[in-house]
Amino acid sequence: MKTIIEITYLVSSVFFIFGIKKLSSPKTARQGNMFAAIGMALAIIVTLIDQDVLTYEWILIGAIIGSTIGVIMAVKIPMTGMPQMVGLLNGFGGGASLLVALSEFYKIMNFPAWNHDVKTDISIIISILIGAVTFTGSMIAFGKLQGLVTGRVVKYPGQHPLNAILLLFVIVGGAYSVIYPGNELLILVIAAVSLLLGVLLVLPIGGADMPVAISLLNSYSGLAASATGFVLENNELIIAGALVGASGIILTLIMCRGMNRSLLNVLVGGWASAGSGGPAPEGSTPKGDVKSVDAEELAMIFDSVSTVVIIPGYGMAVAQAQHAVRDLVNILEKKGIKVRFAIHPVAGRMPGHMNVLLAEANVSYDKLFAMEDINDDFSNTDIAFIVGANDVVNPAARHDQSSPIFGMPILNADYAKTVVINKRSLNVGYAGIENELFYYPNTLMYFGDAKDAISKLTNELKNL
Amino acid sequence: MDGVSFLMLVYVFVLAIFVGFELITKVPPTLHTPLMSGSNAISGITIVGAILSAGLEEFTISTILGMVAVIFAMINVVGGFLVTDRMLKMFKKR
Repeated sequence: MKTIIEITYLVSSVFFIFGIKKLSSPKTARQGNMFAAIGMALAIIVTLIDQDVLTYEWILIGAIIGSTIGVIMAVKIPMTGMPQMVGLLNGFGGGASLLVALSEFYKIMNFPAWNHDVKTDISIIISILIGAVTFTGSMIAFGKLQGLVTGRVVKYPGQHPLNAILLLFVIVGGAYSVIYPGNELLILVIAAVSLLLGVLLVLPIGGADMPVAISLLNSYSGLAASATGFVLENNELIIAGALVGASGIILTLIMCRGMNRSLLNVLVGGWASAGSGGPAPEGSTPKGDVKSVDAEELAMIFDSVSTVVIIPGYGMAVAQAQHAVRDLVNILEKKGIKVRFAIHPVAGRMPGHMNVLLAEANVSYDKLFAMEDINDDFSNTDIAFIVGANDVVNPAARHDQSSPIFGMPILNADYAKTVVINKRSLNVGYAGIENELFYYPNTLMYFGDAKDAISKLTNELKNL
Repeated sequence: MDGVSFLMLVYVFVLAIFVGFELITKVPPTLHTPLMSGSNAISGITIVGAILSAGLEEFTISTILGMVAVIFAMINVVGGFLVTDRMLKMFKKR
């Protein structure tokens, strides 16, 4: 029996690996997700026949409640709410690891005959720490994305020493509880401190840095599962957890590279000026005249060109303008204009955020280009149309050494013959700095809410 | 758990991390969100531990913790796979 279970776990792990492998192309991705789900089903079924599982009513109750909530969440959530959804699901994964670790602790305490040793005890502490941090950290991330918790960078004096002390407490307390096992109160305090640590670690991270936070928490949720695997001596949990852990870390690094910042810089709370939120300090930025256009004028400009690159940003998501953008693309293409999208790695609130929104609006994925694939093409582009993006097209990142975003890779929108920027106002972006692109001679500002403004533009184009 | 078997677990962990790196670097940016939610669902594999905890013969606090863990992990698994499928359905080439 034991052998059958172990082999099934192995098969299930292989399903996970194939599932992720098939995610490397949009054509096979859906099948890949199915593979992973089959792997999960196998693991669940075979665990139910484990000799240690003797009562089923609690499992059944939990499974019914959990599945119901899961189905409702998955069906109800709008595509614009996807970052929150991912944050929330991360949290539940971490929470499950925390609970399993606590449960194991009580198992050892209540059944002294239960086979365990120092390594199990250490694994339990690690599992509690990572699981708890993932749980509350994800809940805070969810709150920030949902607008329940401030999206600002939160700073208070002594925050880093405090976090360090809390972490140190968990390590020392954990070591103590391994040497003198069976101390229930200490374990509960360690869990509570870990939960607090999760809150304090994510709270300082600003809204626009959420792609990094979400990726990192994704990684933690995997590592939490691995830690649980060490507690239970279960290879499948270790493998599946490690795959997710690696995935989260890669995404985290891609996001950090997209901003030219170190992970540490993001975690300790944003760009130097990001916390102020006020108007940017007057610097060397050359202020000139801003040229603005209305829908009618802009429609005529669009009508006369042959290539357009659209650069979507978080503003498009906020305005839920993806469908309006798709309508614009359709009419432009009908007029024989070549339209492509340029997507910055950190556009939006999570990795791939823009791609999902545009996919929802039925924009074919072969029109979406990553920064490195399209950046050299801007000089051959008639119009770069920026919808709700700001810092990721700021040319200051290229030449202004005093700019906080200096060195950040940007989309070369300014190289296009004409730059059209749709924005509600001239306000600064997340980094809290002026964007000199607004004042460039080849730039036209098209003010207005993205959804309304683009619909208007589309209508004007139809009337031409 | 003796030293050798613990070391085997560490082996498996390290090698799986490398497999993960190899696989995930090949995922294109356009699929990064489904990758996250899909891998998220995979991290719900903790369900295995939750079932083992909730299914103990004697009813103790471990059982209760296990049951809540089953709820959490199940939300993670079911919600994760379904929402990923919903997203991937939309990725089409026209």
